[in-house]
Amino acid sequence: MSDDAADPADTTGASVIIVGGGATGLSAGWWLARAGVDVLVIDKGIVAWEASGRNGGGCTHAFSPLFREEQRLWPQMDELLGYPTEFSAGRIRIAMDAAQWDDAHRVVRYGERHGFQTEVLDAAQLRELVPLAGEAHGAYWHHFGGHANPHRTVQGYAWAMQDHGGRVLQHTTVHGFAVENGRVTAVETDRGRLGCDHLVLAAGPQTGKLAAALGVRVPVAAARAEMIVTEPLPLMPVGGADGNGLYGRQTLRGNLAYGGGPHEWLEECDGMGVPPRSSTPLMGNIAAHLIEMFPRARHARIIRSWAGVIENTPDGRPVIDRLPDPSNVVVATLSSIGFGLSPATGHAIQELVTDGACGFADLSTLCLSRFDGLEGDWAAQRGWQPVPTARSPAG
Amino acid sequence: MTPRVIDPRSTANATLTVAERTDLLVVGAGPAGLAAAIAAARHGMSVVLVDENPVAPETMGDDVPLHFGQRMSGAVRNRTAMTEAMLGAEPALADAMEAGVDVRLGTAAWGLYANGPSVGWLPGKVAGLTDGEASWMLGFKSAIVAAGRRDMGLAFPGWQLPGVMGATAAERLARLGALDVRRAVILGSSAEALLAAIAMRQAGVEVAAIVEQAPAPIGPAALLDQLAGVPVLTRHVIAAARGEAGGVTGAALARLDDDGRRIAGDPVTVGCDTAVLGIGAVPVIELLDAIGCRSVFSPARGGHVPDVDAAQMTTVPGIYAVGDCAGVWAAKSMDRAVAEAEGRRAAAHAAQAADASDGAHAPEEPAVDLSAYRLAWVRSAVVEAAPGFGAEAHVCQCEEVTAREILEVRPPRYLNWPHPLRNSTDLSALLGQGPPNADQVKRLTRAGMGLCQGRRCREQVAALLALGAGAGLGEVPLATFRAPVRPIPLGLAALPESPDMAEHWDVWFGIPGQFAGGWELEATQAPAAKP
Repeated sequence: MSDDAADPADTTGASVIIVGGGATGLSAGWWLARAGVDVLVIDKGIVAWEASGRNGGGCTHAFSPLFREEQRLWPQMDELLGYPTEFSAGRIRIAMDAAQWDDAHRVVRYGERHGFQTEVLDAAQLRELVPLAGEAHGAYWHHFGGHANPHRTVQGYAWAMQDHGGRVLQHTTVHGFAVENGRVTAVETDRGRLGCDHLVLAAGPQTGKLAAALGVRVPVAAARAEMIVTEPLPLMPVGGADGNGLYGRQTLRGNLAYGGGPHEWLEECDGMGVPPRSSTPLMGNIAAHLIEMFPRARHARIIRSWAGVIENTPDGRPVIDRLPDPSNVVVATLSSIGFGLSPATGHAIQELVTDGACGFADLSTLCLSRFDGLEGDWAAQRGWQPVPTARSPAG
Repeated sequence: MTPRVIDPRSTANATLTVAERTDLLVVGAGPAGLAAAIAAARHGMSVVLVDENPVAPETMGDDVPLHFGQRMSGAVRNRTAMTEAMLGAEPALADAMEAGVDVRLGTAAWGLYANGPSVGWLPGKVAGLTDGEASWMLGFKSAIVAAGRRDMGLAFPGWQLPGVMGATAAERLARLGALDVRRAVILGSSAEALLAAIAMRQAGVEVAAIVEQAPAPIGPAALLDQLAGVPVLTRHVIAAARGEAGGVTGAALARLDDDGRRIAGDPVTVGCDTAVLGIGAVPVIELLDAIGCRSVFSPARGGHVPDVDAAQMTTVPGIYAVGDCAGVWAAKSMDRAVAEAEGRRAAAHAAQAADASDGAHAPEEPAVDLSAYRLAWVRSAVVEAAPGFGAEAHVCQCEEVTAREILEVRPPRYLNWPHPLRNSTDLSALLGQGPPNADQVKRLTRAGMGLCQGRRCREQVAALLALGAGAGLGEVPLATFRAPVRPIPLGLAALPESPDMAEHWDVWFGIPGQFAGGWELEATQAPAAKP
C-alpha cells in the first residue's frame, strides 16, 4: 500500500474480511493477499498487539496436524515476507529431573514420526551450546523447530499483506453481522457496514462472542499468563533453549525471555474489551525456575515482566474450520498456541476460504463439531473461572 | 450447590509468600513522603518508609534511577557515609524515626500489586522490595507513592558522553556532597533547571551558561536573580557535547532564529565538563502506571501524571500519589510545604483521620506551553542535529536507536537486515487510523527496551512520535511501565514457591491432550475430560 493510497477507513468492504489482527488473522490475510484476493483485516486496537506479540516465540509444535507445514515455512519466512522474523533454527530442551526427561521424550518421538532427528547432549555439549546452563538431568537437541520474534513477525505479516494489496483497518469495533440466505454479507462496525463475500473470525479471546453473534457456539475461556525478560546477555550458540517448567528463548538481542507456571482464568470477555494485562509477583517464581536451569544467569537483571490474555478451547486444541452455516465463514482459534503455527495456519485458512478445504493437512481433529453436545457449564466443570473474590480480602 | 472445582495449575491454587505487613507503605523519603509518613504514624498507623537512596554505585553508573552521567564523586562508594549525608541533609528523616516510622534507606520498591479486573489471587495489596541483598513482598493496606521526579533526556550528538547528566541527579548529588563537576552548562531554564544550577553553585560548581531555545527564560525571576552573573543564552540550542571517552570538554551551542530554526554558521563552544539536562522535570509515575493507576497529560503538572482526587488518591483505591510524582510545578519545586501538604492530606485520608493540613495547592498557570516547549527542544537539538558532529546520536542509548530509526520504524541494527524494505513502513503507514502508539514503536525498534527501562528516552520517543504525527505531546500515550521498575538480578528476584504451586507447576495450561499428537486422537472424540 503506497502512502497516497485511499484511506482504508473509507472502505465499503472487501472480498474477504478477517476480524482479528493477530498472528492468525494477519497470516491468513497475507496468504490471501498473495493469492490475489481482496482482503481487509479489522482490529479493535492495533495489529500484532495482544497475545500474538506477547508469547515465547516457539516454532516447534510436533503434535499439530500443521507441524509439517510449520517446519516447511519457518526457514523461508524472512524471504517470503520481506521482513525480519528473527527465526533461528533448532531447540534444546533441558530436563532437570527424571520426570521432565520422560516428558521431553514425547517431542522426540513426534519429531521422529515426521523424519526429524533429535540428539541427546552430554554435559559438555550442553555447556558448549547453552553456556548459561548448569548441571542438568539431561538435554535433547531437536534438529527441527526453532524460535522467532513475535512482535516483528506479526507486524511483518501486516506489512507484507499490505505489499500485496491487502488492507488493515485498526481501531475498529465489530458490532455484528448481516446474514442473508445462509451467508454473511456484511460486517457491522463502528465505522459502518462493510460488505464481504467471505468472513474469517480469528479474534482470540473475542472469537466466542463474535461467533455467538452468528448463532454459532465456539467454546473458549480466556486466561492471563505472565512472562519475564532480562537485560541482554552474550549470545549462546543455541538460544532456543528451555525446560524446567518454562518456555522461552534467548532473543537475538541477548535477552532471556521466559514464562511458565500458574495462569489466571478471567471473566468471560464483556463486549470487545480486553481485561488489563497486569502482571503479578509470579515474576519471582519464574525467576526461580530460570536460575535452576541457568545458574550462570543468576546475576542477569530482570527489566520487565508482562502478561498476555489468551483463550483455550475445552480440549486445549485449536478450532480451524469452515462452518456449514453460515457457509462462507471460517473460524480460527488456536487455543493458546497460535504464534509458532501461524505461517501454516494462515495458509490453511486461505485454502479453507478459497478452496473450501485444506489440501496440505488433515484438519479433522480441529473441527468445531467435536464440541457439539458440550455442557453449558464446561468451564466451571474444569475450574476455568476467576479466583473467587473471597480469597481477596479488602486492604 | 456442587463444590467449586479448582484448576490446580491456575493462580486459584497459588499462594504468595508475604514476608511482612504494614498499614501504610510510603515510597520515597523526600518532603512529601516524609510528611506523609510522619503524619500517618501520628494518626496511629504502622508505617514503613522506603527510599532507594543511597543507591549502589554500580546502579548509579547505569543511570538508574536518575541520569547521573558518571558525575558521582568517589563518595558514593561509601554507602554508610552516604546514608549519614542523607540524614544530615534531611532533618525530617530523624523526625520520622522519632515518630515511630520504620525508615528503610537503601531499600527500593520495584513493584506494587493489587487485585483488580484480571488479578484475583493476591492476598491483598503487596509491594516488591529489595535492599540489594534480598528481595521480598510486603503486604500493605495503603501506599503513598512519593517517587519524585527525573529528567527528560535529549539526544544531541555527544549526549552519551560522561558529563551529560540530569538536573535532578545533579541537584541530589550536590546536596549530598557527592557531585564531581567543576564547570557546567545548564540546558533549559525551568524552575527545576535553575534550582539545580543554584544547588550546584552552592556546591562549588561554576555555572558557565544557561541555554534556552525559547525567546526568554521560563523559570521564576526570583531564581534567575539568585543566578545573577550567569549568562542566559536564549534562542540557543546545544548542537553537540564535545569530548572524548573521559567525558565532556565543551558544549557547542547553535543560534536559533525567531521561529526556533537553526541559523547556519559555526556553533560557539563553551568549555565545560558537564551539560545538565534541565529541559523537562518528569513526574516518576512508573510504580503507579504499572499497578494500573490512570494517568492524564497535564501541562500544568509537568506531563503525564496520575489522576488523583482531592485526597491525592489515584484511581486504584488505597494507592496515593504525592509530591513531584503527582505533578511538578515551579511553586512546588520552590517550597517544600506544597509537597508536604499533599503528603499529610494523603496520610489523613489513608488513616481515615480528620485532615489537619491546609487545603490543596493548585499548580500555577504554566509559564510556557509544555508540549510546544519540549517539542521545540527535541526538534532543534535532535531532529535538526546538524551533520558534522560525528555519528547520529542514539535516542535510546541502551539499544542504540537513532531518531531516524524511530521515525522510520527500522528493524534494530543487530539484525543487519539486508533487504531494502519494499513497503513504506514509516510512521504514517504504521499508524493507520489511530494515534501514535509508543509501545508499538518500542517493540519494533527496541527504543526504550533496554537496561535503563526507558528512563532516558521515553519522553523523547513520545516527542519524536508527536513531531512525526504533527500532534501534541498530550495526544501520544506514554509507553507502558512494567514491574520491576528497577532492574533486579534473577537470583535476587527469585521467590520460593508454595508446595501447591510446586506440585502443579506446568510449562503451559496443563490441559490433558493439548500437546497430544493429532494422529493419537479420534477426529470426533468427545471433549477431553475435566482435569
